[in-house]
Amino acid sequence: MTAIEATDTDVGLAPRVAAGGRRRTHLALALLAPSLVFLVLFTYWPIVRVAVDSVTLTTFGSKTVAYGLGNFARLFDDPAFARAVTNNLIYAVGTVVPSIALALALAVGLEEATGLATTIRTVVFFPVLIPLVAAAALFLFVFLPGIGLLDHHLAKLGVPRTNWLGDPDVALWSLIGLTVWKNAAYYMLFFLAGLQAIPADLYEASRIEGASAIRRFTRVTLPLLGPTFAFVVVIALVNVVTQVDHVVVLTKGGPSDSTNLVLFYIYQQAHENFDTGKAAAATVVSLVALSALSVLSLRTLERAVHYET
Amino acid sequence: MNRRLAPLASAIETVLAWVLGLAWLAPLLYAVWTAVHPPAFATRFDLGAPLTLDNFHRAWEAAPFARYFLNTVVIVALIVVSQIVLGTLAAFALARFTFRGRDLVFAVILLQLMIAPEILAVANYRTMKALGAVDTIWGIVLPYLTSAFGIFLLRQTFRTVPQDLEDAARIEGCGTLGVLWRVYVPAARPVHLAYGLVQASWHWNNFLWPLIITNSVENRPLTVGLSVFASVDQGIDWSVITAATLMTSAPLLLAFLVFQRRFVQSFMSAGLR
Repeated sequence: MTAIEATDTDVGLAPRVAAGGRRRTHLALALLAPSLVFLVLFTYWPIVRVAVDSVTLTTFGSKTVAYGLGNFARLFDDPAFARAVTNNLIYAVGTVVPSIALALALAVGLEEATGLATTIRTVVFFPVLIPLVAAAALFLFVFLPGIGLLDHHLAKLGVPRTNWLGDPDVALWSLIGLTVWKNAAYYMLFFLAGLQAIPADLYEASRIEGASAIRRFTRVTLPLLGPTFAFVVVIALVNVVTQVDHVVVLTKGGPSDSTNLVLFYIYQQAHENFDTGKAAAATVVSLVALSALSVLSLRTLERAVHYET
Repeated sequence: MNRRLAPLASAIETVLAWVLGLAWLAPLLYAVWTAVHPPAFATRFDLGAPLTLDNFHRAWEAAPFARYFLNTVVIVALIVVSQIVLGTLAAFALARFTFRGRDLVFAVILLQLMIAPEILAVANYRTMKALGAVDTIWGIVLPYLTSAFGIFLLRQTFRTVPQDLEDAARIEGCGTLGVLWRVYVPAARPVHLAYGLVQASWHWNNFLWPLIITNSVENRPLTVGLSVFASVDQGIDWSVITAATLMTSAPLLLAFLVFQRRFVQSFMSAGLR
């Protein structure tokens, strides 16, 4: 594509540069080679592999036969997969919206670097730094029916005990709560960076015009945070698709698939049911979803990075 | 408009901030409480409860945490160093060389940006099997040795280095790699540091891939060790589990408390993996 244009412009000064140019090209390729080797081995080759696996079937005699879209048909017929996709959508909305709202509120509330604001910022940032596995282990205890942190305090308010992880209607929301707790402050950082980039005289101008604090927020702050929003939404959605550590530790997708997410479903199909074809088909579906996201993110990323540095 | 209400509003804000901060911290405070008191006080708040480090001692004895720590440190070091070195080389080629197909190569690298290795774990497992790398440290680190985001970030950085600096270095007799080492690497130092810090914390916490690719104590990182420990080994001895959990998280939390500004700035500028 643009590569052709780039080389065309060099043609004018061709002969003298050519020899050195070729050497430079070789050097450039040598510099790129190690990275490309690893990318090919562990990103592009597995994509090809998964694509092939998704349209073939390995029989008991270890013979691989073409299977067309059979794996996809089996996948879409599987109620557990439908459940995992639905759960993932609920999980996406349930985690992304509150984390971002909270992150924005925290960023606006803690923007000024007073002593208290700095302390609170530090405190809310702790969950970002602990492993998701560790957070899950801590929340095992928080969610413990009856004597756990939640029930212990809710009981004082007269709320009856809840089986936070054992009740199929509640378990997914418990995981959502854990995820919001874990990630909100991470997104807060991007909003803090975004807020710092808003010129102070814009606020000054709106103050002189007599705009209320709420108006200043909706007319100045929010519009100017647009690129940050886009960026954070994309990161949050990627997290939704790629992070299932807490599912592994807390619920294993249960009870009765109520907390199964697509990535955990893939893991189950491959490592528990040894159904390579179905796992591959589900992976292809996830890859398509992620690619759609990455198209979205490439547009915002370039902007966001310029914007921050 | 409301001068007289201002102190009240700010008082409310302060109270809200404290409530929020405490609520956020509650699970961690709870964990600390449980970890430093005898099991009898795990769910009983009694200010007179005796303090003890016995839970940490028991956790340390009950599972090979020393081994897990060592494995995690080795894994994180290998990944961070490799990503920085390989990323710098690739980014330099993409930022300062003109060659046929450069933009295509860059586009191909960017493809990986969102395709997290976790999604491809099943296929990568089979590659590792073919390479004989299942249940090894190498098996854990190989898929992460280079990162499209690192290349992207460094390329952006290198492009902001003034051409004059490079020309000056060339006049002083630097070759191409000399220029990279003398001009570009120093210019990228803050980015290297920020990116390294973010990657280190990310891989310290990484779980799913190491879980899939390892099955022996010798090669497990902390996160996998902790999950095994919390689920099977201990039944419901909360005191020991919380102690183990805090041990696992402590190094990053302490580093954060000490180098807070650095951390925050790093996450702001390089906070993606």
